[in-house]
Amino acid sequence: MIKYSEDHEWVSVDGDTATIGITDYAQNALGDIVFVELPEVGATFAKGDEVSVVESVKAASEVYAAVSGEVTEINEALEGEPALVNSAPTTDGWFFKVKLSDAGELDDLMGEDAYKSFIEGL
Amino acid sequence: MTEETLLKTPLYDLHVAAGGKMVPFAGYAMPVQYPLGIMKEHIHTREKAGLFDVSHMGQAYIRGIGDVDPAKALEKIMPGALAVLKPGKMRYTLLLNDEGGIEDDLMVTRTFEPDGMLYVVVNAAFKDKDYAIIEEKLAGQVTLEPLDDRALIALQGPKAEAVLASIAPEVVDLGFMEATMVTLGGVVCWVSRSGYTGEDGYEISVPADEVAEFAAKLLEHEDVEWIGLGARDSLRLEAGLCLSGHDFDGNISPVAAKVTFALGKKRREDGDFVGRDRILKELAEGAETVRVGIIPSGRAPAREGTPIADMDGNEIGTVTSGGFGPTVGGPVAMGYVPAAFADIGTDIQLMIRGKGHPAKVAKTPFIEQRYVRKTANK
Repeated sequence: MIKYSEDHEWVSVDGDTATIGITDYAQNALGDIVFVELPEVGATFAKGDEVSVVESVKAASEVYAAVSGEVTEINEALEGEPALVNSAPTTDGWFFKVKLSDAGELDDLMGEDAYKSFIEGL
Repeated sequence: MTEETLLKTPLYDLHVAAGGKMVPFAGYAMPVQYPLGIMKEHIHTREKAGLFDVSHMGQAYIRGIGDVDPAKALEKIMPGALAVLKPGKMRYTLLLNDEGGIEDDLMVTRTFEPDGMLYVVVNAAFKDKDYAIIEEKLAGQVTLEPLDDRALIALQGPKAEAVLASIAPEVVDLGFMEATMVTLGGVVCWVSRSGYTGEDGYEISVPADEVAEFAAKLLEHEDVEWIGLGARDSLRLEAGLCLSGHDFDGNISPVAAKVTFALGKKRREDGDFVGRDRILKELAEGAETVRVGIIPSGRAPAREGTPIADMDGNEIGTVTSGGFGPTVGGPVAMGYVPAAFADIGTDIQLMIRGKGHPAKVAKTPFIEQRYVRKTANK
């Protein structure tokens, strides 16, 4: 199951773990990504907390947590190759995985069709 | 400022048609990037030829009143050797305040007019301020005429010469910081071999109603791409060039900003300019804090405003320009530190989002400047 936030993150849920990244729309808007600051494994955060920063050539953009949880894994490939976020935002360009602390929060996120309509309206 | 009140350059429609992402900048709607993206636009300029719309910058003529040499008059508020400028020669100089701080930087060119008229180009964000200072400080000596009916474009990169020469072969003869009048495709333009990217290239002042056609003609060339403000900034940062209002302002002296190359040798000896006491003192003794180049050791870019700390974590300065250098292939920055920390190779920390990131003071430019000099510049 993949869900989307209004801040253009995708949340791919597998049991009580979710993989999180930014959408194609987001990477396109940000432009060439040169650095991604990821949280540390073991860090916990609540929905809405600043959890990551994406730096394009031009500017830094904060990424706010779409769900609450504990970081279980980060995509270390982004350290050497941040451009993966541009070339493969929803696959190799994933950011981190979390153990969900409140699966109910997923209900607040959009499904694929709803997100599509959302970005068409922007 | 809302979108409706933003000014448009004569090339606005061309930018939109080319897919330019328009953003507010110095009161104008300007393209920050095109579909190519900042990274590729930057690399394209270093490898081929980039076309920039810089029509938002302030172009003006300055004439002397009566027998006054306008260049001699300007020397009161600008510390460069201007009076010696011969027709067709240009110089980078600084507009100083009474305290010796840098209100703006600008290009001054002697035209071929018999009265010694000057052509100046100032930064977009400060044109009203600069014109007011010049008119007030030099009242009765010079008149200033803003050239609102002229657009300004820059063609920068190693292929710029070949591209422009395909329209006007005589531009090959210009050396760095030289200018002349050229007929380009039937239009009389003022062309200088100059720019702010660290590359060879030209800046071309074109009548506003002719510029769209001329730009379109340049873009027909396979080596030419539109380049937006984003790459313009990363190009000038890699070239170690200051952005007025950021890398210096009215509180900063030319010595602290390390732009003393803009102080004419003779002018230093004569010392006949505003703010002289402070500037001559700092030239002799050094400034307390100075601008330095900075290379972060890691991959995180340090943006303008990032605090600089010593290795013990004491805050010692601030980043004034910083980001990712596409040609360098990593982050680069400039900022101010106390003189004791200004030696190349000094270890410092950049406090990015509150966390210390190791960095070293580095020489600028971060890339090799590739200006083409035809004659010895005095």
